[in-house]
Parts: sequence; C-alpha cells; structure tokens
Amino acid sequence: MQHGKYRFIAGFLALPLAIYAIFVISPFLQAIYYSFTDWTGLSPDMKVVGFDNYVRLFQDDVFWASVGNSVTLLLLLPVVTLSLGLFFAFMLNVGGRRRKKAVIGGVQGSGTYKILYFFPQVLSIPIVALLFQFAYNPESGALNAFFQAIGLDTVQPDWLGDPQLALWCVMAAMVWANVGFYVVLFSAGMSSIPKDFYEAALLDGANRFNTFFRITLPLLWDTVQTGWIYMGILALDVSAFAFVQIMSVGPGGPDYSTEVLPLYVYQKTFRDGQAGYATSIGVSLLIVTLVFSAIVMRLGRRERLEF
Amino acid sequence: MGSTSEFNRRDLVKRAAALGIIAVPAMSALSSCASAGSSDGDKVEKGKKSAKNPLAVNESAGLDVVIFDGGFGDKYAKDAQAEYIKSFPKADGKIKLSSTQKIQSTLQPRFNGGNPPDLVDNSGAEQMDFGTLVAKDQLTDLTALLDAPSVDDPNKKVRDTLRPGVVEMGQFGGKETWILYYAYTVYGVWYSKGNLGKLDAEYPETWDDMLALCAKAKKKGIAGWTYPGKYPYYLPFSLYPLIAKIGGAEVLRKIDNLEPNAWKDPAVKAAFDAYYELYKKGYVLKGSPGLDHLQSQKAWAEGKALFIPNGSWVENESAKQIAKNPQFDLAVGAPSSLSSSDKMPFGTIWASGGEPYIVPRKARNAEGGMELLRIMLSKKSSQNFIKQVSSLTSFNGGTDGITLPPGLASAQTALQKAGSNIVNPRLQDWYVALQKERIGVGALGEMMAGRMTPDEAIAKIQKYADDTRDDSSVKKYKR
Repeated sequence: MQHGKYRFIAGFLALPLAIYAIFVISPFLQAIYYSFTDWTGLSPDMKVVGFDNYVRLFQDDVFWASVGNSVTLLLLLPVVTLSLGLFFAFMLNVGGRRRKKAVIGGVQGSGTYKILYFFPQVLSIPIVALLFQFAYNPESGALNAFFQAIGLDTVQPDWLGDPQLALWCVMAAMVWANVGFYVVLFSAGMSSIPKDFYEAALLDGANRFNTFFRITLPLLWDTVQTGWIYMGILALDVSAFAFVQIMSVGPGGPDYSTEVLPLYVYQKTFRDGQAGYATSIGVSLLIVTLVFSAIVMRLGRRERLEF
Repeated sequence: MGSTSEFNRRDLVKRAAALGIIAVPAMSALSSCASAGSSDGDKVEKGKKSAKNPLAVNESAGLDVVIFDGGFGDKYAKDAQAEYIKSFPKADGKIKLSSTQKIQSTLQPRFNGGNPPDLVDNSGAEQMDFGTLVAKDQLTDLTALLDAPSVDDPNKKVRDTLRPGVVEMGQFGGKETWILYYAYTVYGVWYSKGNLGKLDAEYPETWDDMLALCAKAKKKGIAGWTYPGKYPYYLPFSLYPLIAKIGGAEVLRKIDNLEPNAWKDPAVKAAFDAYYELYKKGYVLKGSPGLDHLQSQKAWAEGKALFIPNGSWVENESAKQIAKNPQFDLAVGAPSSLSSSDKMPFGTIWASGGEPYIVPRKARNAEGGMELLRIMLSKKSSQNFIKQVSSLTSFNGGTDGITLPPGLASAQTALQKAGSNIVNPRLQDWYVALQKERIGVGALGEMMAGRMTPDEAIAKIQKYADDTRDDSSVKKYKR
C-alpha cells in the first residue's frame, strides 16, 4: 500500500483544493496585485505604480483614524460580547438557586430568556441597525424620551451625532445583535460539562463565583477561543461595515470618529473610483486580521483537558 | 494499513499547502481577472437617418437602460420607454429597463467587462465618479443628441430647448458634453408659508429679520432651523448661494477651482458667522446633528422648525408629512441679505441640473440611448415628469397649462426672480469626497453642532481643499 499513496491522497484533495484556489487564494493574490496599480475600478485600463499606494497610506490621516477605530472595535467588541455571553449562559445553566433533585440549574424562566437572547440573531443586520438608529434619534428617539421621562431633561445627547459617543453607540448595537448567539453557543458547551464536577465542587463549598472560574470557564476554553476569533473577524469585517454604513453620520463621521477599515475600502472603491488604492487598504486589513488571529492563537494555547 | 504512522497529519497539511501554492498561479492564469479585456464590444448597426429618426437608431435593436430608483422613482422613464416603442415598434419586447439604488455596485462589473447599458441615470449615494469615467474614456459624447432636432419643433435643436447652464454642466473642460442632467433642481431655504403666517411673518429678506423671526419662534418653543446632521452637506444648499450673494459669484468660482486661500475670502467668513450665530443663539432644533434627512424633514414638516436647507425634491420626498397640514403651503426662499453691501441682490439662488444621464462609450446601442433621452426631453415627457414627481426638468418650459404644486410653483417664481443671478457651484459633482465627507461632515457639521468655530472650520476646509489640489489621484477641473 506504500506506492500510489500520494496519488490516492491527491485524488481526494484535487477538487477541494482547486475550488479553494480559485475562490479564495486567487482573489487574494489578485487583490495584492491590484494594490500596486492605479486601477480606477471603472475601466480595465490601468498601470503598475509600485509602492505609491502604500506610501500614500502612511500619509493618509483618514486611514490611520480608521485603523484606530477598527482596532478599538477589535479589542473591545469580543471582550464585551463574550463576557456578556458567558455571564448570561452561566446564569441560564448553572447560576440558578439550588433546587431539589437537580444538582445545578439556571435562574427561573431560563428557557424563555434563551429564546429572548437569541432573538436578535434572527433579525438581519440592517434591521437591527435601523432600529437602533431610531432609538438614538436625538429629537424623538426612545433613549432621549426615556431620559426626559425620568426627569433628566438636561441629559439629551446627540448620540450618533456626537464624535465622543458615536463609536460607542455603534458598538452597543453590535453587542446587542451578537450576544445572543454566544449565549446559545456557550449554553451548548456548558451542557456537555459533566454534572459530577459541579456536584463535587458544591460539596466542597464552592460558591457560584468559584464554580464559574474554576470549572465552567476552563472547560469551555476552546469554545471561547473560537468565539473570540470569530467575533474579532466580525469586528473587522462585514458586520462593522454594515453597522457603521447604516447608522453613522456621513457615514464614517462625525469627523471620522466611526470610520472603519472596511468602510474606507468601500468609499475609496465605490465613491472615489480609486479601486487600486482601496485594495491596498484591503491588504492592510488582511495584515491586521492575520496579526490578530496569530496573537489569539498564541495567547489561547494551553493544555486541553479531556473529559 | 500500518502506513498511517509514517504519514502523519502534519506532513499531510504541509503537502496540501504546497499543492495549494502550486495550484494558485495555474488557477489565476486560467480564471479571468476581475478586470477583463478591453475590447470595444460589438455595436449594433446604425439605422437609417430620417426626419423621424435623426439619430439613425437601429429600429429593431434592443435597448438596455438602468435608472436610479430614488426620490423620483422610475415611472417617468417607463413612460418614455412606451413613447420610444411608439416610434420604433420593432423594438417592442427588446427593451430592458431596470432600476436600482445601487448604481455603482450593479454597473461597475459591466463597465469593467466592456458591456455597459445604453443609458444610465448615474445618481444617488452610489453614483459612479464622473471624473474617473471621463478620464478613462468610458462615456459617449452627447453632442450628436444636442445638435439633433427636438421632438416638438424640428427646426429647433435639442440644445436650444434646454435651460441655461445645463449643457455646460455636462462638460468637463472640453467641447464634448458627457452628461445630460435631466431634472432641474432649485436649492435654497425651504419653509411653510402657513407656519410662518402663524407667527405673522413672511419670508425674511434680510438676515436681521431672519434672526428676529427665529427669536420670536423660539419664544413659542419653535426652532428657527433644522438640518440633516447625518448629512451636513445639505447646509451648502443655502450657505453657498449666501457666500456668492455676499462676495459675488467669483468667490464660488475660486472655491470650485481650488484656488489657494479661496476659502479665506471675507464673504465665506461672513456667511459662516451668520450660520454659526443660529447655533449660538439656540435657533437650531435640538438634536439636529443626529438626524438624517428624513428625520429632519419630518420634524420640519411637523412645524418643529421653520426653515431647512434643501432642494426641490423635498416636496416629493416629504409629500406625505406635508400633506398632514393642509395649510402648509410649501415655498423656497433665496438666502436673506446679510447687509446692504452684498454684491448680489436678494433672490440670488442655486439652481442646477440633477439626475445625470450618461451613455457609456461601449454601449451596444448608443443611438438608442440618446434617442430615449431625446424623447424624455420632449414637452410631453417633461410635463409627465413634472406632474409625477413635482420637479422641473432641464427642458425649458413645459410648465404652462398644468397646475404646479405649491413648492414647485414657488421654485418657478424664485427662478424668475433670480433671473441671471443663478449660481451653480460645482464642488459636489467634481470633488465628491471633498464636498460631502470633508467639508460637509468634517467641518460644516462640526461647526453647526458647536464643536468648531467658524474660523476653525474655515481653516480646516482650506486645508482639505489644498490637500485635494495636491492629490495627484484626483482629477482637477476648472470653470
């Protein structure tokens, strides 16, 4: 069985590899090639300009503003979303008051909560973004109306119209839209943790805090890590683009306070007709994504516990 | 089966990766690139030129039209298509008219692939950059259409039936006309005569009266002004003509030409100060910086604010909300006089073409595209457009014999009052990023939200303009 081994394996891999090469690797390489041209995106006529686009990138204030905002999203969005997701999932599955018979259980009505938390996941991104935009409307939106109702007449922020608040407003909508998915994901992970562990811990007198940090979180680590990368890519990519594009002033404003990399790529291609420059921004987005994945993989590496 | 041990997973992954790397160049050579070949494509044969068919349209050729589905909808174009079929019955069933809001993402691949439509209404948020289209030779010169006899009077060229300035707007520094703007928009300060009447006021012709009226309104809990803070580039609709009024049309021309220190003109400062005072005195509707165009128009239509900088499309766009108040009586005002030493008289207003139509260079049936435009510029189609969407067209006339809705009638009166004092700043067509993102969001929006003083805003805008002038990737224009 030794001879013909490679042919055998190659036979199985040829098709998926070919598809992967055509639809994933080839566009990547093409994009890198286009980033060295002055392609407008509106005509096939272009010439190679060397590193001009990259030199321009380094001097472009808007580019750096969007890198800053994208990295902020990248650092904060996964932390906030995953922490909330973990907290909710724990409360729904483990954190409840002890009842007879069952060793562990969720808070009362946890089944209903699970559905409620998952609900935003069913709505499409544009709808969520629009709903939040209505809520943030400074003139007749729900938030300012609420502040008025509880007597805070002087606290009437412009929300998305305020450069200090705008990015946070967008981020809040993104957390709301995504947290439900992680509640369900982590719930599934928690249900596969053997009940005896909890039983033993409870017998030893562990409180909820300790059970979470000593049992639930370590045994859930793989899931958390996957969620982290997924959420990070979401923060850099499509989701950030859609939310910012729909919600923000301008979009990208006020004063570039919500400009993110994917939006800048889009504006340069589709508004300014500078597809070559846009692809060079795209390449830098690729680099940020790769660095992020590498760091998470390295930091998250630890012994795997079999159970 | 014992072979698995010497063939571990790591090796397999390595080899698979190696295979992938080899496969890549081969594949990218096979698959076509995102930007395909540059062949000129096949064109349909020309038809026979006749009095009825001055553009020599191939009578049986298909026609492919893409319309921007925005505030004006696409019904007016479909009606024109019906007229086209009346002239060329053999083309019936071969006309493809589609409408979209996503002009660029729909059409960019077709331009790149060399098979664009025959006529495009290149409008909306996803407008394709005209500078790039012209520079890359992607458009057909419309001179043939302009010199063709008009539908209504064979002795008059199409060119002579258009409103003043429309042809020039479609030119980019040369003799060729690349764009034909179909709608004709009047920009200015839009207000409700009814709501002003409740305050015993008429449209203030001087800025002092404007401030007095705003003060009066404020006492009743009504804001003087509102604007779409999400899209602060609406502010120029009344601010730029005010600049021209104070310092003369020359100031705007210098700004359009990106001349050094064009924004440092005292007229700019005076106009910015005037608008900033609205904010300072609390005459701007609270929360305006966070409103989009529809939200601000709604607040304004509900009478929460008196004035809004806007264009004549507002009558159609906010029709439902305006209709809730039968006494609304929509009207447009020219910028109020700042002082008696203003260079241009009261009535100076910004009016220009909207809905830019283009015939791509590589269109299969370019003559057909132009013919459809010629039909749209007839009196019948123009009247149809005016009635459907209450906006004027570039066709000069067509308003006689039909009752205009109040806003449009007011725009018509404003145009007559302005006479030759119509200004047409071009920043928003020539340098979209500069006008909307930098000047609009980056400076004017910040100033009207009170986060920047007029002096800071002017300094920032001047820097943006200088940056654009020095940016070799942006094509420059002069007028």
